[in-house]
Amino acid sequence: MSVKNIPPFERGEVGIFIIRGECPIHDHLLERNNVGRTVAEKIFDTHRVNNPFGDIHVIRLDAVFCHEITTPIAINDLIARGKDRVFSPSKLKVVIDHVSPAKDAKTALQGKILRDWARRHSIPDFFDIGRNGICHALFPEKGFVRPGYTIIMGDSHTCTHGAFGAFAAGVGTTDLEVGILKGVCAFHYPHSIKIIITGSLPEGVYAKDVILSIIGRIGVNGATNKIIEFTGPVVDAMSMEGRMTLCNMAVEAGATCGICYPDRTTVDYLWEFIQNDYGSPDEALDEFLKFLPDEDADYEEILEHDVSVLEPQVTFGYKPDQVTSAQNLSGTPVDQVYIGSCTNGRIEDLRIAARVLRGQRIKDTVRGIVSPATPKIFRQALEEGILQTFMDAGFCVTNPTCGACLGMSNGVLAEGEVCASTTNRNFNGRMGKGAMVHLMSPATAAATALAGHITSWVP
Amino acid sequence: MKQFSGPVLFLDRSDINTDEIIPARYLTENTREALQPFLLEDIVLEGFNPGTDIHAKSVIITRANFGCGSSREHAPWALETNGIHLVIAESFARIFKQNMFNCGMMAIELPAETLNEIFSTYAGTETHLITQLDKNHFILKNQNHTHTISFSLSGFNLALVVAGGWVEYADINY
Repeated sequence: MSVKNIPPFERGEVGIFIIRGECPIHDHLLERNNVGRTVAEKIFDTHRVNNPFGDIHVIRLDAVFCHEITTPIAINDLIARGKDRVFSPSKLKVVIDHVSPAKDAKTALQGKILRDWARRHSIPDFFDIGRNGICHALFPEKGFVRPGYTIIMGDSHTCTHGAFGAFAAGVGTTDLEVGILKGVCAFHYPHSIKIIITGSLPEGVYAKDVILSIIGRIGVNGATNKIIEFTGPVVDAMSMEGRMTLCNMAVEAGATCGICYPDRTTVDYLWEFIQNDYGSPDEALDEFLKFLPDEDADYEEILEHDVSVLEPQVTFGYKPDQVTSAQNLSGTPVDQVYIGSCTNGRIEDLRIAARVLRGQRIKDTVRGIVSPATPKIFRQALEEGILQTFMDAGFCVTNPTCGACLGMSNGVLAEGEVCASTTNRNFNGRMGKGAMVHLMSPATAAATALAGHITSWVP
Repeated sequence: MKQFSGPVLFLDRSDINTDEIIPARYLTENTREALQPFLLEDIVLEGFNPGTDIHAKSVIITRANFGCGSSREHAPWALETNGIHLVIAESFARIFKQNMFNCGMMAIELPAETLNEIFSTYAGTETHLITQLDKNHFILKNQNHTHTISFSLSGFNLALVVAGGWVEYADINY
């Protein structure tokens, strides 16, 4: 995007500042006629409704996800406008996850507004208390995401679903409201960055360490208004859980969405949900591969990120790009260790943490809390003996919920306390006013719980 | 259409996130108005006191990447319930910026050099800003200085500001 030359400020009684155009008009369709397309460009081309203004692309939505924090105000607003309608009940996926079960009258009301609305419109996929889990773990697990899909939700970590080769973006309540009503959303042109993750992950280093190191490299503003395509041998070798961890934190670099290319791993994850639609997994893969980028696709930037010698990563300070190796913060005492969230509350995460903890007890100065992200994960962890391991180690096991991650319900910290956390944001006050959060992988969090201070796990 | 002129609040820091603008513990509110007392409660910014410094301000001028983090529209709402309908910054997080215009409010970008000069000339003084939308410029004033600063607004965002938001626009057009 071009930036006009900016003349220097002129001091004096009256100065004139010239600024760059806010949204240069690109005629992308003409400009790109013979140019290859990125994943997001292909998805936009198959979903575009129109371009009401030069740079604005209104796209059709395959799914609108809803939770109880950002949706009730949209529902109330639709009612107040006399527009209490939904564009397609089956394309709305609704869950109570942030505060579950309700902790007080206000959160009970949020749940009730959502529940009454889901019933009023006969929304088939509403996950109430008992069947609910963290949206970005539950909805993929239910098979609601497909390569090539367009998805919005009133939640910034909606970018997680790009792990399936979808375009999934967090939006505010007003965009959500229009999505619910009309099944469309407006976006600027989807410029993309490609990050090729090369090398191979050392033992004890995981997708969380990779994404923290990327955010540390490009910064919290490094991908604002852009889509990140994550590719390369390290991504190819990752499970869907690992890819979701990667894409989940794309927004911490400002990205609209993180995207991984669909492959056999994607098909195998989705197979139970799509087996009636395709003759074989190969046939499904053929279909999904049409969303791979063209070889001559146009990227704003292509970065190579070698992780061969990457060490376990930890944040310091209040921004997720303040990242260093766990080694550099080694010895920092912590009061609480939290393992869970839409970033790292999946079964693979719990297995890794349990492997670190097995047969040991956490330091008695530490409060350990683990929150499996969905009921399915909870049950798997129960059946695999993982919850037993956590409990034997001295952890408190909570029901699936966003919980401590944003200090909304359980696990809130007191002023001056420190938490080692597998979540995604270390913002000031995030887990409790005046507290400090260090983001890290489940392995590093578990090792830290045992030691009572930040330390990395040596397998 | 909303009012975009009035006294200016200067926030001299980049990357002010949505948790600082309105902490998650207040997201249990079901009305916009209930957010009013909590604007910028958790901000880390030396010399700024949310209890006294927000009062009667109508415009925020700040640095880069304002509104990063969560998608919560509670951030623009918390500004709106305090009478602040215009934020001027070097850049914004995508969702925050769209939320502002979706609410019929304005998030306007100015170059870093311009903001440097504005901060060095006006921050710490009683500054008043007048928005002239038809002329695409702001007039900044304090006791000793006056500057006219041009800005641009995309056709889409102008349409949202004039219409008062995205819901009405979309309901007519889609």
